[in-house]
Amino acid sequence: MTQTLTKYAGYHEAFQALESSAPKSTPPWLHELRRQAWSRFQQLGFPTARRGNEKWKYTNVAPIASAAFSHPAALPSGAQPTAGRVKQLGPSAPGWTNLVFVDGHYSPALSTQPGQAPGIVVDNLSKATVSSPQLVQPHLARQAGFEDDGFIALNTAFLQDGAFIHVADNRTAPAMINLLFVTTEGPTPKVTFPRVLVVAGKGSQVSLVETYVSPAKSRYFINTVTEIVVGDGANVEHCRLLLESPEAFHVGNTRVYQGQDSTFTSAGFFRGAALARNDFQVLLDGTGANCTVNGLYLTTDSQHVDHLIGIDHAKPHGTSRLLYKGILDGKSKAVFGGTVMVRKDAQKTDARQTDKNLLLSPDAEVDSKPSLLIFADDVKCAHGATAGHIDANTVFYMQSRGLDLATASRMLIHAFAREVIDTVQAEPLRDYLDGLFSQAMPASSLRFGGTP
Amino acid sequence: MPLLVIRDLHASIGDQEILKGVDLTVNAGEVHAIMGPNGSGKSTLANVLAGRPEYTVTKGSVQYQGHDLLAMPPEQRAREGIFLAFQYPVELPGVRAWQFLKAAMDAQRQHRGLEEMSARDFNRLLQEKVQQVEIDPELVKRNVNEGFSGGEKKRNEILQLALLEPKLALLDETDSGLDIDALRIVAEGVNRSRRPDNAIVVVTHYQRILNYITPDFVHVLMDGRIVRSGGAELALELESRGYDWVKEAVS
Amino acid sequence: MVTPKVISRTTTSEALDQGYKWGFSIDIDSDSAPKGLNEDIVRFISAKKGEPEWMLEWRLKAFRFWLRQKQGEPAWANIHHPVIDFQDIIYYSAPSSKKDGPKSLEDVDPEVRAAFDKLGIPLNEQAKLAGVAVDAVLDSVSVATTYQGMLEKAGIIFCSMSEAVRKHPDLVRKYLGTVVPYTDNFYASLNSAVFSDGSFAYIPKGTRCPIELMTYFRINTANSGQFERTLIVADEGSYVSYLEGCTAPIRKESQLHAAVVELVTLDNAEIKYSTLQNWYPGDKEGNGGVYNFVTKRGKAQGRNSKISWTQVETGSAITWKYPSVILQGDNSVGEFYSVALVNNYQQADTGTKMIHIGKNTRSTIVAKGISAGHGNNTYRGLVKIMPSADGARNFSQCDSLLVGDQCGAHTTPYIEVRNPTAQMEHEASTSKVSDDQLFYCQSRGMSVEDAHSMIINGFCRSIFQELPFEFAMEASQLLKVSLEGTVG
Repeated sequence: MTQTLTKYAGYHEAFQALESSAPKSTPPWLHELRRQAWSRFQQLGFPTARRGNEKWKYTNVAPIASAAFSHPAALPSGAQPTAGRVKQLGPSAPGWTNLVFVDGHYSPALSTQPGQAPGIVVDNLSKATVSSPQLVQPHLARQAGFEDDGFIALNTAFLQDGAFIHVADNRTAPAMINLLFVTTEGPTPKVTFPRVLVVAGKGSQVSLVETYVSPAKSRYFINTVTEIVVGDGANVEHCRLLLESPEAFHVGNTRVYQGQDSTFTSAGFFRGAALARNDFQVLLDGTGANCTVNGLYLTTDSQHVDHLIGIDHAKPHGTSRLLYKGILDGKSKAVFGGTVMVRKDAQKTDARQTDKNLLLSPDAEVDSKPSLLIFADDVKCAHGATAGHIDANTVFYMQSRGLDLATASRMLIHAFAREVIDTVQAEPLRDYLDGLFSQAMPASSLRFGGTP
Repeated sequence: MPLLVIRDLHASIGDQEILKGVDLTVNAGEVHAIMGPNGSGKSTLANVLAGRPEYTVTKGSVQYQGHDLLAMPPEQRAREGIFLAFQYPVELPGVRAWQFLKAAMDAQRQHRGLEEMSARDFNRLLQEKVQQVEIDPELVKRNVNEGFSGGEKKRNEILQLALLEPKLALLDETDSGLDIDALRIVAEGVNRSRRPDNAIVVVTHYQRILNYITPDFVHVLMDGRIVRSGGAELALELESRGYDWVKEAVS
Repeated sequence: MVTPKVISRTTTSEALDQGYKWGFSIDIDSDSAPKGLNEDIVRFISAKKGEPEWMLEWRLKAFRFWLRQKQGEPAWANIHHPVIDFQDIIYYSAPSSKKDGPKSLEDVDPEVRAAFDKLGIPLNEQAKLAGVAVDAVLDSVSVATTYQGMLEKAGIIFCSMSEAVRKHPDLVRKYLGTVVPYTDNFYASLNSAVFSDGSFAYIPKGTRCPIELMTYFRINTANSGQFERTLIVADEGSYVSYLEGCTAPIRKESQLHAAVVELVTLDNAEIKYSTLQNWYPGDKEGNGGVYNFVTKRGKAQGRNSKISWTQVETGSAITWKYPSVILQGDNSVGEFYSVALVNNYQQADTGTKMIHIGKNTRSTIVAKGISAGHGNNTYRGLVKIMPSADGARNFSQCDSLLVGDQCGAHTTPYIEVRNPTAQMEHEASTSKVSDDQLFYCQSRGMSVEDAHSMIINGFCRSIFQELPFEFAMEASQLLKVSLEGTVG
């Protein structure tokens, strides 16, 4: 234990400081939750790729575990980004509800809430735990268990702020809820622990986008946990966007719970970060639940992105569609570990899982593991994975019509990406993403081989 | 003794009752046509007779050659000489058509106390039937119904009919989706299998096939009951006046 | 040292002999080593076989490495079994009537010969399997090799591993452990230390082996493990088709089988390796049965060479094997065709690894898993495309069929691509025998059981096609017997 204490001394001090400086209003149950999580983290520590630890087979988090980070106690005093700057950092559109967090802390000045609709609560979590504990407590840390995950335990131990969205039964949130988490440049690498809790009541509807962004180029560590409860018959549209600094470590855990006949649609977009981990687990725990989980990742230089996606069909008549696409350039590496589980009771499940990768550089690497675990006999399950480069014949065809190689290939890569971008329903968001990914398309290190 | 006697037959799928009291007697040597609008229960009747497990018989009886047909599992019905030409023949990936036919033939022969046919004899018989029904000989080398066109699937059913020589053939919408040439070939196949000791029940929506296969009796099935029976002329009347005419006449 | 008590799961089942028709045991005094494993046992085995010093040294190195493996048995597979007490196993067991193996087929113990006859593997020259040379391995020792004279004329060496170590030491030293080094994994280390026999084949340059080579393995002695080692080398431009069959008698206790197979193909050579694995699967409650922990790997070392694995796995309580190909030579080809069936409480975690190193290397994987009863079937495969493998191609297809609602079918492909010019595709599906298909067959007069058997055989057709004809017939029969009682 002494050894553990020394090992995580920085976190230990920060935890003591957090607990001792906590405002009086902090409810006792939250203190208790943090203490339990902290104690669990001390036991678990950071994961290692020990034998049999399939979840971390291809990703080494030693750079995170061994580094020291400062814990920002409040909003940065001086250098807050301006509202105008914030707008440029992530997606935005008129009429959206915007919650902005800077270095893990809620910024009322940068956030905008155009009018409250009845039955809809959109607030920062530290306030909501005090003002509406009856809505928060029953759900917080219920979907994202920290018993067997060091990163979730750490986030929960340092749970301080984030976003809370609650939509009452049969209500529809009128506007897109835009959550922006900004990490600023600082003298030392910092760590933040954003938390998002979304509760969509029976028959309700809500759309949200989480964006994690930094104008900085420097190193930091961001450890996020998002919990989403989709009630019976509810419809949640979700988008998760990573635009981190090229030096950042981002470890995100998302846990989704779906009730009967509910629909959950999610699209994830990943750019930036030296190391990004996207652990995204959906539990279809009601008959006839329906989920779509898509992702698009673009990696360059020495970036490493690791997606661990799980779709767990626990009840009959569920449908799931999982599509992840990667574009890899430079010396980057992408890991896709998808698991579709169909439990014994989940008869008539219809599940499909696909991972497609485009390798643009001879030094890029993709490790894909699309698994199916099936315990029910009357199911329709399929998975597929492809990796390769742009079809040389197609490029040649385009060239023969007068396009240069770079334009032709960029066009094809963009088309490859579009399949995921087009799944985003909200038009302003879709346009934003399309712009973002069409600008970023690499073509430089492209080379062709194999087919003549 | 009649070949088949159906009395007050009621059958459902799930909670929905489809047959609501069908009475029908078929004697050896006869051809019956069962006609009716979509959803009247024609296909259900054919499938219930063949023993499709999704259907539950809730009331009534079916005597086949003096035995309780409903007590028999589907394969026993087949071995006793009942043949259903499927409306939607099923694909069996990896199972060669000739292999499937030989297995069926062997099972039926064994049931009748006959020896299994040698591969050579079977092949000779199969080739003969293949020519009769004008089917592409390559089809029997392929997987059962896999990648077959609609017409090929139907012809494959008729090939099986010719090969297995059933006592009671039930043709479930075998004519639907066929062009005129295929229809002629299918009908010729059926006519060729007509013998004094067997019977054929043609389930169809259209009168068209009855230009080639002349029925002894025509029955109109509506809302799960036979509402009108007659000779071959009834089919022509239906053709010219439509089903509404019968509906009005009945109500 | 206290060792946990293991593999001995007792059974009260009366139905031991039902269902497994290969389950008779021959009563012959075997010349066995005492239970347990230490350096003396390794020396005993080596001495028994009259091995040269280098062979003993290699075994001892492997044994010491095995002891040092702190990690113990691999833990990543989706299999569950009691802890294995490696000191509770007999590591050497040979029929005792001869000291150095039979000099000729006439010397083979009549009872052994009768046993192989019963398996349908006649050893006497009159009734030899037409066109197949058989090396029969009973427990740990090769008891007979047929057709040797004919093979010798063609310059082909096909003999037991013991004989090869004595008569062809240079070839064995050159290739043994080059594909599966003794450091490879826990069971490979163990095998390298204690392997008792197995088959050796060498096909000289430009020779097409005129008949199929076959090894028939059988575990007979109770409490014994079988650790055979097979090495096949196909020299430039040669071809061989090799068959392997396995059975074991019914035992209440589980038995360990940890074999190693190494294949090497030089330029333009081809090895086709087919397996019918029907080790005793345990009874209906999951008692007894063989733990089949096998390392099989081929190295397509030469340009344009080809290694093809076809396996039909119906037996064993637990199967843990991944016949693999290292595609080193440019334009080399690796293939893996597999049917794995689990019933009752059988577990299978099987698949392949295709490691693409050479340019324009190609691999094909077609795996069919059938799960019935309470069986759990996992396909686990790795396709790795190294940076040097320009233009590499892989196609993988994994299909699972579930029979009943108490079983599981799992597919875990690992795909690692480090070359942008490579193309790989993986497809998988899971289905069951549909009610419509069953009714269609029934309405043509087939029983439910025959209908199932026919549909399942159809599902496996593309794999059976890869087997030599006699083996394909037997595979189809095996499948039928293995599924008996699961439907109807």
